[in-house]
Amino acid sequence: MLEWIVTRPDAWFGPTWGPAVYAFVAALVFIVAIMIPLFVAVAYLTLWERKLIGWMQIRIGPNRVGPLGLLQPIADGVKLLFKELILPTNADKQLYLLAPVLAITPALAAWAVIPFAPQVVLANINAGLLYVMALTSTGVYAVIVAGWASNSKYAFLGAMRSAAQMVSYEIAMGFALVVVLMVSGSLNLSDIVNAQAHGRFAAMGLNFLSWNWLPLAPILVVYFVSGVAETNRSPFDVVEGESEIVAGHMVEYSGMAFAMFFLAEYMNMILISTLTAVMFFGGWQAPIDAPLLERVPAFAWLLAKVFVISSMFLWFRATFPRYRYDQVMRLGWKVFIPVTLVWLAVVGIWMRSPWSIWS
Amino acid sequence: MIVETAVFYLFAAVMLIAGLRVITARNPVHAALFLVLAFFTASAIWLLLEAEFLAIALVLVYVGAVMVLFLFVVMMLDINLERLREGFWRNLPLALVVGAIMAAEIVAVIAERYFEVASQAPPLPAGYSNTRALGMLLYTDYAYAFEIAAVILLVAIVAAIALTLRRRKDTKYQSPAQQVRVRPAERVRLVSMPAEKDR
Repeated sequence: MLEWIVTRPDAWFGPTWGPAVYAFVAALVFIVAIMIPLFVAVAYLTLWERKLIGWMQIRIGPNRVGPLGLLQPIADGVKLLFKELILPTNADKQLYLLAPVLAITPALAAWAVIPFAPQVVLANINAGLLYVMALTSTGVYAVIVAGWASNSKYAFLGAMRSAAQMVSYEIAMGFALVVVLMVSGSLNLSDIVNAQAHGRFAAMGLNFLSWNWLPLAPILVVYFVSGVAETNRSPFDVVEGESEIVAGHMVEYSGMAFAMFFLAEYMNMILISTLTAVMFFGGWQAPIDAPLLERVPAFAWLLAKVFVISSMFLWFRATFPRYRYDQVMRLGWKVFIPVTLVWLAVVGIWMRSPWSIWS
Repeated sequence: MIVETAVFYLFAAVMLIAGLRVITARNPVHAALFLVLAFFTASAIWLLLEAEFLAIALVLVYVGAVMVLFLFVVMMLDINLERLREGFWRNLPLALVVGAIMAAEIVAVIAERYFEVASQAPPLPAGYSNTRALGMLLYTDYAYAFEIAAVILLVAIVAAIALTLRRRKDTKYQSPAQQVRVRPAERVRLVSMPAEKDR
């Protein structure tokens, strides 16, 4: 069966185009295999958000559609699909419709280099970390283009705020990633996970103490909080501060175009959670080196870590009041960037000293 | 190989069209976005050459940072297109000369490698990391040049900030450190009063 599949393209398209067609179709199949669970995860993350925040505020949360409200995301999706797409007067039509695409594309494309388990990665490229950084940095275009093309004051102001915020926090995030790549000695995400499996504690079977979160704790905090700011989540959601500028850059969008921004935001949340798990919490590795835990599939560990970390996003939202805009900027430029710069030097000296734990 | 050639021509065509639209688009925002597209396809072409570090750095630096600021400025300014077009014919001869010189230089550099023999560079070994090779060169053989370039950039950043830094005398700002240090005892005076009689 497998042989039949592999040889078919050659028979149909000839030896020149056959391998290309095979590679193309295989890549498509893998992409779909990543994307569909991802969309399901996004859908149920919205439900989980409403449920969790409901419980935190001593409410029940959505419980009407389906058992325990489990069909709520599907109802929301159908509703959004059938809503009218409204085009504002004098909006730049092409760019207005392009912006949601620009939002969702980088959010999806970044998943190509995420390792889900040993050897289970769509593109095992050497510059994986750089690739993720490059793609997430292009997400800001969706915001700018949406705000400008909407031809609305509120959307434009929201876009300006959000773009400035995303560009600022990217710097702190980049420096945090530099420290991670320094101690891992590689930009390949699989290698970064594997590098965390060595160390004094890992030799004792306590893997979770050898992961990067312990020696790089300040960097973890900077990275994760920058990630929250980067995805424009509460408490950094000044973009959509309802009391000031309605709903930010997507205020004019309706129906599926709005849903695209929404999907991209949640997908980025899951992406940041996954990257945090991969870079600081040992990715797919089990926390303790025990024979019983080895039975658990590697992917389940990553899933559990991502679930916990993305629940933190929701917990933050339920806990903290929104930052004022100048304080957001102050935190990014005057606190996070100096912290990462100092820790970069500290880790650099630590690595060259006799007490280096990375060898 | 033929597939790569096809992909190359696809990207090259997109890049040329995008480049052309940068100078022909009427709306400056559209022009800036076409420039972004041109950068993106250029990075895709570099990926075809297996220069992944350069390709990703192009997206990271130019698309992710420089062009965002560019768009910021273009969107904020009220650009008068008629005024911009006035100088077109006057400056055209100079532009043509500059363009011709640039084209001649590019041809001079790549001509002997690409026009004489249609040789293909041997594919790189599987474990070869472009990023690592570049890092090795930058931090060993070219360490001083690299450091000097970095210092020049730093000076430029400081200069740009120093030029635009104006401290107005009448601005009101808060010092979060001071705010955090405030003690209730210094601000609030608690007065204990006897309870009033029932009505």
